Amino acid sequence: MARMISYKQAINEALDLEMRRDPTVILLGEDIVGGAGAPGEMDAWGGVLGVTKGLHAKHGNRLMDTPLSESAYIGAAIGAAACGMRPVAELMFLDFMGVCFDQIFNQAAKFKYMFGGKAKTPVVIRAMVGAGFRAAAQHSQMLTPLFTHIPGLKVVCPSNAYDAKGLLIQAIRDDDPVIFCEHKALYGSEADVPEESYAIPFGEANIARDGKDVTLVGYGLTVPRALSAADTLARSGVSAEVIDLRTLSPIDWDTVIESVENTGRLVVVDEANPRCSIATDVVAHVTQHAFGALKAAPQMVTAPHTPVPFSPALEDLYIPSAEAIVAAVHKTTGPVKSAA
Amino acid sequence: MTNNPFPLSRDELLTAYRTMRTIRDFEERLHVEFAKGDIPGFVHLYAGEEACATGIMMHLTDIDRIASTHRGHGHCIAKGVDVHEMMGEIYGKATGCCRGKGGSMHIADLSKGMMGANGILGAGAPLICGAGLAAKFRGDGGVGLTFFGDGAANQGTVLESMNLAAIWNLPVVFVVENNGYAESTSVEYATAVDSYVDRAAGFGLPGVTVDGTDFFAVYEAAGEIVKRAREGGGPALLECKTVRFFGHFEGDAQTYKAKGENEHNRAHRDCLKLFGARVTAAGIVADADLALIDREVAALIDDAVDTAKGAPLPGARELTTDVYVAY
Repeated sequence: MARMISYKQAINEALDLEMRRDPTVILLGEDIVGGAGAPGEMDAWGGVLGVTKGLHAKHGNRLMDTPLSESAYIGAAIGAAACGMRPVAELMFLDFMGVCFDQIFNQAAKFKYMFGGKAKTPVVIRAMVGAGFRAAAQHSQMLTPLFTHIPGLKVVCPSNAYDAKGLLIQAIRDDDPVIFCEHKALYGSEADVPEESYAIPFGEANIARDGKDVTLVGYGLTVPRALSAADTLARSGVSAEVIDLRTLSPIDWDTVIESVENTGRLVVVDEANPRCSIATDVVAHVTQHAFGALKAAPQMVTAPHTPVPFSPALEDLYIPSAEAIVAAVHKTTGPVKSAA
Repeated sequence: MTNNPFPLSRDELLTAYRTMRTIRDFEERLHVEFAKGDIPGFVHLYAGEEACATGIMMHLTDIDRIASTHRGHGHCIAKGVDVHEMMGEIYGKATGCCRGKGGSMHIADLSKGMMGANGILGAGAPLICGAGLAAKFRGDGGVGLTFFGDGAANQGTVLESMNLAAIWNLPVVFVVENNGYAESTSVEYATAVDSYVDRAAGFGLPGVTVDGTDFFAVYEAAGEIVKRAREGGGPALLECKTVRFFGHFEGDAQTYKAKGENEHNRAHRDCLKLFGARVTAAGIVADADLALIDREVAALIDDAVDTAKGAPLPGARELTTDVYVAY
């Protein structure tokens, strides 16, 4: 029987299950309890958008509100991980990495290698990503490429509630530092999510829709956009395969290559800015490794190379749309439709 | 039997001397070897500051953790990291404690509670809050100490961490090794307060300033602070005013120092000489005891250098291993 819960609830459930399973799992972040030391309810907020709501009642002081000191508490989570804990730190908005990036990319990412393999840093940094909330340039970015660029980090960005639960459970059990990107525009989206615990392995893309004329590759919010584009394309006789990368580091090249070898066409959809992005990475890899299979130049549908604008009129233009994906697919198929 | 006026037994005094002598010889020798061009990269020497690491670390065991700095050799030795493995690492050899992948600025041995030297100034402060948090959750009585210089004391990470440690009452000690110079910039120029203890007070942390060239002053102050943290009394700051015999890094001409400053420090503020004079004058330790340690340490360092020089380089496959636990 279907059990429809939201992406947000799925994340809450994953945290709860892992905290019950493993006493070394602790949660740190700004307002994740929401009300520490304040005169009202202790568990007033449960995170700025309520993702961790109710966990304090179940797990008490294993959840800690932090001061507004991202370097200190993200670093403390990393230090605690190096000392045998499995902390899950919430960075609230990934944009705030700007004030604590050293701890992530010079410390957590490098311990294992720099210390000759002896260190283990099983920390998860959860953060909201993406545009669509009218939150403007400093609360809306898709900074996945920056983290994917860094050896030693794993980068995850689920597109639906089922994946959010399974990928977060895997992230917490994983022995490497994981940047877990939660698309804020997907928090309300629902899926059939089993009540029990399950982990989705990293580096295994999901074929969200089978198709044979063109391969659409995306992650996070661009997956539902690509699926919507695929519906439109189907009506004009173009069969689109939609690949949800799920994890950007590691990345499942095999599934992407296999799909392009079948379809001969590639459109990558990425909400990040276009230069040195996940889109350019995928296009480069496919061009290098499946050049002979390509019937047309690969296309990229990305945000423009601008900060995220505030006005709804502009922000709606910023985010890759289903229409833009359809147009990009038509560039690969040319004026003559697929033989299908 | 002479009455012992020190808070340490004769054996402990000899251990302290051996640790300081090992650090000194290790650094003096690196100074010579670096000049020959055999050692790759940047090397920042701790000579002159031995009493700080030694006086503090004698209160710690392997369950206690430290986060060190770019000038970390002394912290490593005092925390028990193997001298041969350290030397191998500094020479970039496969036998190094990080298999040649870290170098001087990243020596670590987590089994000894040594969470790494660190090339990023002030980065150890947040990490040690995590170590303190882990110890608190485990209830194992472990403490965490982060070392930083007068320069890194001005990093936001250090200030944020003092506040975090204070509000969570973490078993953490902030150790400022104030050698007067942030690279080439003087502490008087770069720091607005006269004492880092004043700054700690701004975060509600108790603190004390000691003469970092006086082993006994460091030992006693650290003992109180570490005990307090271990017993749940919370974080504190220890400022050790010390001297750096060499430059910021090897190759530094040190023209920012006063003429004769290094010579003066070596003549009057050498923690090893000061320690030796006190323990021999008290009749607890004989000159011959110290001379024996000097000879043994010299042989150890000779062997460490010879072994490192003769050790194999890392194989090419090391380039791509140990990036992840599993990928």
